[in-house]
Amino acid sequence: MVILRCRDASFAYDGNEVLSGLNFEINSGDYLCVVGENGSGKSTLIKGLLRLKPPCAGEVSVSGVAAGEVGYLPQQTAAQKDFPASAREVVLSGRLGARGILAFYTKADKSVCDENMRRLGVYDLRGSCFRELSGGQQRRVLLARALCAAKKLLILDEPAAGLDPAASRELYLIIEKLNRQDKMTIIMVSHDISGALQYSSHILHLNNSRLLYFGKTAGYAGSAAGAGLVGRRPDA
Amino acid sequence: MLKALFEMLSYPFMARALVVGLLVSLCASLLGVSLVLKRYSMIGDGLSHVGFGTLAAATVFNASPLLMAAPVVMAAAFLLLRLSENSQVRGDAGIALISNGSLAVGIMLISLTTGINIDVYNYMFGSILTMSAADVALSAVLASAVLAVFVLFYNKIFAVTFDESFARASGTNAGLYNSLLAVLTAVTIVLGMRMMGALLISSLIIFPAATSMRLCKTFKSVTICSASVSAACFLTGLAASFLFAAPTGASIVVANIAAFFIFCALKAGTRIARRTKQSGA
Ligand SMILES: Nc1ncnc2c1ncn2[C@@H]1O[C@H](COP(=O)(O)OP(=O)(O)OP(=O)(O)O)[C@@H](O)[C@H]1O
Ligand SMILES: [Mg+2]
Repeated sequence: MVILRCRDASFAYDGNEVLSGLNFEINSGDYLCVVGENGSGKSTLIKGLLRLKPPCAGEVSVSGVAAGEVGYLPQQTAAQKDFPASAREVVLSGRLGARGILAFYTKADKSVCDENMRRLGVYDLRGSCFRELSGGQQRRVLLARALCAAKKLLILDEPAAGLDPAASRELYLIIEKLNRQDKMTIIMVSHDISGALQYSSHILHLNNSRLLYFGKTAGYAGSAAGAGLVGRRPDA
Repeated sequence: MLKALFEMLSYPFMARALVVGLLVSLCASLLGVSLVLKRYSMIGDGLSHVGFGTLAAATVFNASPLLMAAPVVMAAAFLLLRLSENSQVRGDAGIALISNGSLAVGIMLISLTTGINIDVYNYMFGSILTMSAADVALSAVLASAVLAVFVLFYNKIFAVTFDESFARASGTNAGLYNSLLAVLTAVTIVLGMRMMGALLISSLIIFPAATSMRLCKTFKSVTICSASVSAACFLTGLAASFLFAAPTGASIVVANIAAFFIFCALKAGTRIARRTKQSGA
């Protein structure tokens, strides 16, 4: 079942097109890795898929996934440096989208929140001030928040950036499990080509504001797009 | 001191001021946490000037100040929100234009008709004597409604304040809650303006939040602390204004400034204490 579809979608900032004429479909249960060099428009595409940024031409359509069933990890958080919030308050806010207008957290919400914090190894930091955590710890807290929000679709913008090797391995396992067992659709931006090849089912490669490759991971290494990147050590 | 306070409450206008002022202080401090964190502090300031312009117009046209100001300030709140969402620099300038523009229009209206009289002075610097019993009842109801809405939507307001794009992406209608904040702020400003004065009301929004952020590190504690600080400063300021016959609004602001510096000192104190403990151990 197709849950996301881009038809000739283009995105622009102040009239400058940074992505043009994208055509692809994402099916329920896919594990898509978005790759491409810095500035190729990966984060822009993610925002487009989340409808945070409307396309300047063409259309992006979503079906079968309600807004409250999407988990999202932004590449950068807009949240201010001096924001007073505990780690747990941040993770709990992941449960809000699914709540109606009146939002009080239930026991179930709190236990899902604590479970995800344990999974990412930040349970002991739950009372700490978010702004006083290290970069990697903040990243893990935001990942836990994304997991709390995700029911059908999980969209991660460079989730492994800033994580130590053990944590990023653990992260890949968590994501794989969500994809296999819970049939969650995963869309992930990554500079880690070997990780992408190992776990994903599909690859989307952006280059020079165009789609260079979209298709099964298996076919990527043999394609012209993949040939340049595969085998090269990831820079990140 | 206590005797003086009881004496103060025996005047009906003081009792009224106490009820309305306490409610408005609570509303302002709660909304202030979000507004300050969202970098919307200037909106409060802009709205109070728009409020002044409207009150001036209301005096000229002999309309009810509260009823006339509320819708106009609300409309202005939406406009200012739009402006500051679109672009940082242009938004800032836009707010300044609207706020000074309405101040100027207000002053023009007044000087062309009644002239700067005591009413106008009161609108600018506040007075607790101007409120009728009906005003008090209306203010109390509105302020309670603002408080209730804030408590009901507390979690959503946190989410939208902390990370608006995540909130949007995960299905929260961020626009709705931003508008809600704007409406609640507009109502609070209109209610508080008569007592605090158009030039001072926005400090009621900014100070308690800024003060509690010195020490508190979670959203919940900042919220609770702001409300307490605001209430305490209001009571202190009101009492001081009664005892020393000082203007009410200014007294409350001075109390808030004092609280801010006390919190700064406490923060420095805890830091020094921690350092000496570390070097001692
Ligand atoms: N807010 C913005 N305003 C103007 N231009 C922008 C904005 N955000 C991104 N761009 C431009 O759009 C292009 C794509 O940016 P995007 O953030 O999508 O890249 P990316 O592929 O995510 O890069 P990275 O690997 O560094 O995260 C870049 O050329 C960038 O300059
Ligand atoms: Mg990016």
